[in-house]
Amino acid sequence: MTVVRVEQKVLNENQRIALELRHRFEENSILCLNFISSPGSGKTTLLESTLAAFRPEEKIAVLTGDLQTENDARRIARYGFPVQQIVTGGVCHLDGKMIERALEPWPLENIDVLFIENVGNLVCPSSYDLGEEAKIVLLSVTEGEDKPLKYPSIFHKAALLILTKVDLLPYVPFDIEAAKANARQVNPEIEILEVSCATGKGMDEWRAWLGERRAKRQPHFAGSVKSVQG
Amino acid sequence: MHEVGIANSILEAGHTEAARRPGATLTGIGVRIGVLSGVDIDALRFAFECITAETEDEKVVLTTEKCPRVNRCEDCNNEFASPQLSPFTDAPCPRCHSTRTKFVSGDQLDIAFVEVEEP
Repeated sequence: MTVVRVEQKVLNENQRIALELRHRFEENSILCLNFISSPGSGKTTLLESTLAAFRPEEKIAVLTGDLQTENDARRIARYGFPVQQIVTGGVCHLDGKMIERALEPWPLENIDVLFIENVGNLVCPSSYDLGEEAKIVLLSVTEGEDKPLKYPSIFHKAALLILTKVDLLPYVPFDIEAAKANARQVNPEIEILEVSCATGKGMDEWRAWLGERRAKRQPHFAGSVKSVQG
Repeated sequence: MHEVGIANSILEAGHTEAARRPGATLTGIGVRIGVLSGVDIDALRFAFECITAETEDEKVVLTTEKCPRVNRCEDCNNEFASPQLSPFTDAPCPRCHSTRTKFVSGDQLDIAFVEVEEP
Protein backbone atom coordinates (compact mmCIF):
# COMPACT_ATOMS: atom_id res chain seq x y z
CA MET A 1 0.00 0.00 0.00
CA THR A 2 1.34 3.42 -0.94
CA VAL A 3 0.18 6.66 0.62
CA VAL A 4 0.45 9.66 -1.67
CA ARG A 5 0.27 13.13 -0.09
CA VAL A 6 -1.96 15.27 -2.24
CA GLU A 7 -2.78 18.60 -0.58
CA GLN A 8 -5.39 19.98 -2.92
CA LYS A 9 -8.84 21.43 -2.55
CA VAL A 10 -11.71 18.98 -2.91
CA LEU A 11 -13.39 21.50 -5.19
CA ASN A 12 -10.21 22.04 -7.18
CA GLU A 13 -12.02 22.09 -10.50
CA ASN A 14 -14.59 24.63 -9.28
CA GLN A 15 -11.76 26.70 -7.81
CA ARG A 16 -9.94 26.69 -11.15
CA ILE A 17 -13.06 27.94 -12.97
CA ALA A 18 -13.75 30.53 -10.25
CA LEU A 19 -10.23 31.93 -10.56
CA GLU A 20 -10.66 32.20 -14.31
CA LEU A 21 -13.99 33.99 -13.85
CA ARG A 22 -12.47 36.34 -11.27
CA HIS A 23 -9.70 37.16 -13.70
CA ARG A 24 -12.20 37.90 -16.49
CA PHE A 25 -14.28 40.08 -14.16
CA GLU A 26 -11.17 42.04 -13.23
CA GLU A 27 -10.08 42.46 -16.85
CA ASN A 28 -13.48 43.85 -17.73
CA SER A 29 -13.78 45.94 -14.52
CA ILE A 30 -16.93 44.06 -13.53
CA LEU A 31 -18.15 44.18 -9.94
CA CYS A 32 -19.65 40.74 -9.30
CA LEU A 33 -21.69 40.10 -6.15
CA ASN A 34 -23.08 36.74 -5.01
CA PHE A 35 -26.33 36.95 -2.98
CA ILE A 36 -26.98 34.04 -0.63
CA SER A 37 -29.81 33.42 1.85
CA SER A 38 -32.55 31.01 2.89
CA PRO A 39 -35.50 30.79 0.50
CA GLY A 40 -37.82 33.72 1.15
CA SER A 41 -35.36 36.12 2.79
CA GLY A 42 -35.92 38.65 0.04
CA LYS A 43 -33.06 38.28 -2.44
CA THR A 44 -35.25 38.86 -5.49
CA THR A 45 -37.11 41.75 -3.85
CA LEU A 46 -33.85 43.44 -2.85
CA LEU A 47 -32.57 43.03 -6.41
CA GLU A 48 -35.79 44.53 -7.77
CA SER A 49 -35.53 47.56 -5.49
CA THR A 50 -31.85 47.90 -6.38
CA LEU A 51 -32.41 47.69 -10.13
CA ALA A 52 -35.28 50.19 -9.96
CA ALA A 53 -32.82 52.88 -8.86
CA PHE A 54 -30.34 52.42 -11.72
CA ARG A 55 -30.55 54.59 -14.80
CA PRO A 56 -31.64 52.57 -17.86
CA GLU A 57 -28.32 53.15 -19.62
CA GLU A 58 -26.32 51.57 -16.80
CA LYS A 59 -24.63 48.29 -17.62
CA ILE A 60 -26.16 45.96 -15.07
CA ALA A 61 -26.79 42.22 -15.52
CA VAL A 62 -28.37 39.56 -13.34
CA LEU A 63 -28.03 35.79 -13.09
CA THR A 64 -30.59 34.13 -10.89
CA GLY A 65 -30.55 30.51 -9.76
CA ASP A 66 -33.41 28.26 -8.73
CA LEU A 67 -34.12 24.56 -8.71
CA GLN A 68 -37.11 25.07 -11.00
CA THR A 69 -39.11 27.79 -12.80
CA GLU A 70 -38.20 31.04 -14.53
CA ASN A 71 -40.33 33.11 -12.13
CA ASP A 72 -37.46 35.16 -10.70
CA ALA A 73 -36.03 36.02 -14.12
CA ARG A 74 -39.48 37.20 -15.20
CA ARG A 75 -39.76 39.43 -12.12
CA ILE A 76 -36.30 40.88 -12.64
CA ALA A 77 -36.66 41.34 -16.41
CA ARG A 78 -39.31 44.01 -15.82
CA TYR A 79 -36.52 46.45 -14.93
CA GLY A 80 -35.10 46.32 -18.44
CA PHE A 81 -31.64 44.94 -17.64
CA PRO A 82 -30.38 41.65 -19.10
CA VAL A 83 -31.24 38.71 -16.86
CA GLN A 84 -30.80 34.97 -17.17
CA GLN A 85 -32.39 32.26 -15.12
CA ILE A 86 -30.14 29.33 -14.23
CA VAL A 87 -32.43 26.38 -13.58
CA THR A 88 -30.30 23.91 -11.64
CA GLY A 89 -32.83 21.09 -11.95
CA GLY A 90 -32.49 20.03 -8.34
CA VAL A 91 -28.93 21.06 -7.59
CA CYS A 92 -28.89 23.04 -4.33
CA HIS A 93 -26.29 25.66 -5.28
CA LEU A 94 -24.71 27.46 -8.25
CA ASP A 95 -21.18 26.46 -9.23
CA GLY A 96 -18.50 28.05 -11.37
CA LYS A 97 -19.32 26.01 -14.46
CA MET A 98 -22.95 27.20 -14.43
CA ILE A 99 -21.82 30.83 -14.28
CA GLU A 100 -19.28 30.28 -17.06
CA ARG A 101 -21.94 28.74 -19.28
CA ALA A 102 -24.54 31.41 -18.48
CA LEU A 103 -22.11 34.21 -19.37
CA GLU A 104 -21.27 32.75 -22.80
CA PRO A 105 -23.86 34.77 -24.76
CA TRP A 106 -23.03 38.04 -23.00
CA PRO A 107 -20.19 40.32 -24.10
CA LEU A 108 -18.52 41.05 -20.77
CA GLU A 109 -17.43 44.52 -21.84
CA ASN A 110 -21.12 45.45 -21.72
CA ILE A 111 -21.38 44.67 -18.00
CA ASP A 112 -20.30 46.91 -15.12
CA VAL A 113 -22.16 45.18 -12.30
CA LEU A 114 -23.15 41.51 -12.27
CA PHE A 115 -25.57 40.40 -9.58
CA ILE A 116 -25.76 36.66 -8.96
CA GLU A 117 -28.77 35.51 -7.00
CA ASN A 118 -27.85 32.08 -5.68
CA VAL A 119 -30.26 29.22 -4.99
CA GLY A 120 -32.13 29.86 -1.73
CA ASN A 121 -30.04 27.84 0.70
CA LEU A 122 -27.78 28.89 3.57
CA VAL A 123 -25.50 25.86 3.45
CA CYS A 124 -24.31 24.57 0.09
CA PRO A 125 -23.75 27.83 -1.85
CA SER A 126 -21.14 28.80 0.73
CA SER A 127 -18.78 26.06 -0.53
CA TYR A 128 -18.74 27.20 -4.16
CA ASP A 129 -16.66 30.16 -5.25
CA LEU A 130 -18.23 31.81 -8.31
CA GLY A 131 -15.43 34.29 -8.93
CA GLU A 132 -17.41 37.01 -7.16
CA GLU A 133 -15.79 39.98 -5.46
CA ALA A 134 -17.96 39.48 -2.39
CA LYS A 135 -20.62 37.22 -1.01
CA ILE A 136 -23.60 39.01 0.51
CA VAL A 137 -25.76 37.09 2.96
CA LEU A 138 -29.37 38.12 3.63
CA LEU A 139 -31.22 37.33 6.84
CA SER A 140 -34.83 38.42 7.25
CA VAL A 141 -36.27 39.40 10.60
CA THR A 142 -38.94 36.72 10.25
CA GLU A 143 -36.21 34.12 10.67
CA GLY A 144 -34.39 33.31 13.90
CA GLU A 145 -31.64 35.61 15.17
CA ASP A 146 -29.54 32.48 15.81
CA LYS A 147 -29.19 31.66 12.09
CA PRO A 148 -25.54 32.82 12.07
CA LEU A 149 -24.81 30.35 14.86
CA LYS A 150 -26.65 27.50 13.14
CA TYR A 151 -25.12 28.11 9.70
CA PRO A 152 -21.75 29.68 10.47
CA SER A 153 -20.06 28.88 7.16
CA ILE A 154 -21.85 31.45 5.02
CA PHE A 155 -21.75 34.18 7.67
CA HIS A 156 -18.03 33.55 7.97
CA LYS A 157 -17.46 33.94 4.22
CA ALA A 158 -19.76 36.90 3.56
CA ALA A 159 -18.39 40.44 3.44
CA LEU A 160 -21.81 41.97 4.07
CA LEU A 161 -24.89 40.89 6.04
CA ILE A 162 -28.14 42.56 5.01
CA LEU A 163 -30.92 42.23 7.57
CA THR A 164 -34.10 42.43 5.50
CA LYS A 165 -37.79 43.15 6.16
CA VAL A 166 -36.88 45.38 9.13
CA ASP A 167 -40.26 47.14 8.78
CA LEU A 168 -41.71 43.98 10.39
CA LEU A 169 -39.60 44.33 13.55
CA PRO A 170 -42.49 45.65 15.68
CA TYR A 171 -44.52 42.52 14.89
CA VAL A 172 -41.95 39.74 15.31
CA PRO A 173 -39.89 38.57 18.29
CA PHE A 174 -36.59 39.13 16.47
CA ASP A 175 -33.73 40.51 18.57
CA ILE A 176 -31.78 42.46 15.97
CA GLU A 177 -28.86 43.27 18.25
CA ALA A 178 -28.53 39.57 19.12
CA ALA A 179 -28.56 38.72 15.41
CA LYS A 180 -25.72 41.16 14.77
CA ALA A 181 -23.73 39.90 17.74
CA ASN A 182 -24.20 36.32 16.53
CA ALA A 183 -22.94 37.19 13.07
CA ARG A 184 -19.88 38.88 14.58
CA GLN A 185 -19.20 35.76 16.66
CA VAL A 186 -18.48 33.95 13.42
CA ASN A 187 -17.05 36.87 11.47
CA PRO A 188 -15.91 39.90 13.48
CA GLU A 189 -15.24 41.83 10.26
CA ILE A 190 -18.65 41.40 8.63
CA GLU A 191 -20.37 44.64 7.62
CA ILE A 192 -24.07 44.86 8.51
CA LEU A 193 -26.94 46.83 6.98
CA GLU A 194 -30.62 46.98 7.94
CA VAL A 195 -32.98 47.24 5.01
CA SER A 196 -36.68 47.27 4.23
CA CYS A 197 -37.66 47.16 0.59
CA ALA A 198 -41.26 47.87 1.62
CA THR A 199 -40.51 51.24 3.24
CA GLY A 200 -37.16 52.00 1.63
CA LYS A 201 -35.40 52.14 5.01
CA GLY A 202 -31.69 51.49 4.69
CA MET A 203 -31.73 51.52 0.88
CA ASP A 204 -29.56 54.66 0.74
CA GLU A 205 -26.93 52.95 2.88
CA TRP A 206 -27.08 49.83 0.70
CA ARG A 207 -26.67 51.90 -2.47
CA ALA A 208 -23.79 53.76 -0.87
CA TRP A 209 -22.11 50.42 -0.06
CA LEU A 210 -22.62 49.35 -3.67
CA GLY A 211 -21.33 52.69 -4.93
CA GLU A 212 -18.17 52.40 -2.87
CA ARG A 213 -17.46 48.90 -4.14
CA ARG A 214 -18.08 50.05 -7.69
CA ALA A 215 -15.84 53.06 -7.37
CA LYS A 216 -13.01 50.77 -6.31
CA ARG A 217 -13.52 48.56 -9.34
CA GLN A 218 -14.36 51.31 -11.83
CA PRO A 219 -12.51 54.54 -11.05
CA HIS A 220 -14.47 56.31 -13.81
CA PHE A 221 -17.60 55.58 -11.80
CA ALA A 222 -16.47 57.40 -8.66
CA GLY A 223 -17.86 60.73 -9.90
CA SER A 224 -21.37 59.39 -10.34
CA VAL A 225 -21.83 57.68 -6.98
CA LYS A 226 -24.09 60.50 -5.88
CA SER A 227 -26.57 60.09 -8.70
CA VAL A 228 -26.97 56.39 -7.91
CA GLN A 229 -27.60 57.18 -4.27
CA GLY A 230 -30.16 59.84 -5.12
CA MET B 1 -27.38 18.57 1.25
CA HIS B 2 -24.54 19.01 -1.26
CA GLU B 3 -22.48 16.25 0.33
CA VAL B 4 -23.17 13.88 -2.59
CA GLY B 5 -21.57 16.41 -4.94
CA ILE B 6 -18.64 16.83 -2.58
CA ALA B 7 -18.28 13.03 -2.25
CA ASN B 8 -18.19 12.76 -6.06
CA SER B 9 -15.49 15.43 -6.27
CA ILE B 10 -13.45 13.58 -3.65
CA LEU B 11 -13.73 10.28 -5.50
CA GLU B 12 -12.84 11.93 -8.83
CA ALA B 13 -9.79 13.61 -7.33
CA GLY B 14 -8.74 10.26 -5.82
CA HIS B 15 -8.96 8.57 -9.20
CA THR B 16 -7.08 11.36 -10.93
CA GLU B 17 -4.27 10.96 -8.43
CA ALA B 18 -4.25 7.14 -8.67
CA ALA B 19 -4.16 7.35 -12.48
CA ARG B 20 -0.76 9.05 -12.28
CA ARG B 21 0.62 5.68 -11.18
CA PRO B 22 0.28 3.07 -13.90
CA GLY B 23 -1.58 -0.03 -12.77
CA ALA B 24 -2.35 1.35 -9.30
CA THR B 25 -5.74 0.75 -7.66
CA LEU B 26 -7.30 3.41 -5.44
CA THR B 27 -7.86 2.02 -1.93
CA GLY B 28 -8.31 5.09 0.27
CA ILE B 29 -8.71 8.87 0.38
CA GLY B 30 -8.04 11.19 3.30
CA VAL B 31 -9.81 14.54 3.58
CA ARG B 32 -9.66 17.49 5.97
CA ILE B 33 -12.96 19.20 6.76
CA GLY B 34 -12.96 22.49 8.65
CA VAL B 35 -15.74 23.41 11.09
CA LEU B 36 -16.49 26.40 8.85
CA SER B 37 -16.55 24.46 5.57
CA GLY B 38 -20.32 23.98 5.60
CA VAL B 39 -19.84 20.24 5.09
CA ASP B 40 -21.27 17.75 7.58
CA ILE B 41 -18.89 14.83 8.05
CA ASP B 42 -21.55 12.22 8.85
CA ALA B 43 -23.57 13.22 5.79
CA LEU B 44 -20.39 13.14 3.70
CA ARG B 45 -19.48 9.65 4.88
CA PHE B 46 -23.00 8.45 4.18
CA ALA B 47 -22.93 10.03 0.70
CA PHE B 48 -19.55 8.47 -0.02
CA GLU B 49 -20.87 5.03 0.96
CA CYS B 50 -23.91 5.50 -1.27
CA ILE B 51 -21.99 6.51 -4.38
CA THR B 52 -19.39 3.74 -4.02
CA ALA B 53 -21.74 0.88 -3.02
CA GLU B 54 -21.76 -1.96 -5.53
CA THR B 55 -19.18 -0.25 -7.72
CA GLU B 56 -15.49 -0.96 -8.26
CA ASP B 57 -14.85 1.70 -5.58
CA GLU B 58 -16.76 -0.19 -2.90
CA LYS B 59 -13.58 -0.89 -0.95
CA VAL B 60 -12.20 2.65 -1.07
CA VAL B 61 -11.86 3.84 2.53
CA LEU B 62 -12.68 7.48 3.28
CA THR B 63 -10.71 8.95 6.18
CA THR B 64 -11.95 12.27 7.53
CA GLU B 65 -10.21 14.69 9.84
CA LYS B 66 -12.28 17.48 11.39
CA CYS B 67 -10.28 20.70 11.65
CA PRO B 68 -10.92 23.36 14.31
CA ARG B 69 -11.17 27.09 13.83
CA VAL B 70 -7.70 28.51 14.38
CA ASN B 71 -7.26 32.17 15.28
CA ARG B 72 -4.17 34.29 15.74
CA CYS B 73 -3.88 36.65 18.69
CA GLU B 74 -3.16 40.17 17.45
CA ASP B 75 -1.45 41.08 20.70
CA CYS B 76 0.95 38.20 21.28
CA ASN B 77 0.83 36.45 17.87
CA ASN B 78 -0.12 33.13 19.45
CA GLU B 79 -2.07 30.78 17.15
CA PHE B 80 -4.71 28.71 18.91
CA ALA B 81 -7.70 26.49 18.16
CA SER B 82 -11.18 27.41 19.38
CA PRO B 83 -12.15 24.94 22.09
CA GLN B 84 -14.63 22.09 21.48
CA LEU B 85 -14.34 22.53 17.71
CA SER B 86 -16.38 25.71 17.98
CA PRO B 87 -16.64 27.72 14.75
CA PHE B 88 -16.98 30.94 16.76
CA THR B 89 -14.57 33.59 17.93
CA ASP B 90 -15.66 33.74 21.55
CA ALA B 91 -12.47 32.19 22.92
CA PRO B 92 -9.83 34.69 24.08
CA CYS B 93 -6.14 33.96 23.55
CA PRO B 94 -5.20 31.25 26.06
CA ARG B 95 -1.74 32.79 26.50
CA CYS B 96 -2.41 36.51 27.07
CA HIS B 97 -6.26 36.47 27.32
CA SER B 98 -6.64 39.13 24.64
CA THR B 99 -9.89 39.06 22.66
CA ARG B 100 -8.34 40.72 19.61
CA THR B 101 -7.97 37.70 17.38
CA LYS B 102 -7.92 37.09 13.63
CA PHE B 103 -9.12 34.08 11.66
CA VAL B 104 -6.36 31.82 10.32
CA SER B 105 -8.03 28.56 9.25
CA GLY B 106 -11.06 26.35 9.74
CA ASP B 107 -12.80 26.41 6.37
CA GLN B 108 -10.77 23.59 4.83
CA LEU B 109 -12.30 21.22 2.34
CA ASP B 110 -9.05 19.58 1.30
CA ILE B 111 -7.75 16.26 0.11
CA ALA B 112 -4.76 15.36 2.24
CA PHE B 113 -3.72 12.02 0.77
CA VAL B 114 -4.76 9.07 -1.36
CA GLU B 115 -3.85 5.44 -0.77
CA VAL B 116 -3.15 3.19 -3.71
CA GLU B 117 -2.20 -0.43 -4.15
CA GLU B 118 0.53 -0.84 -6.70
CA PRO B 119 1.24 -4.01 -8.63
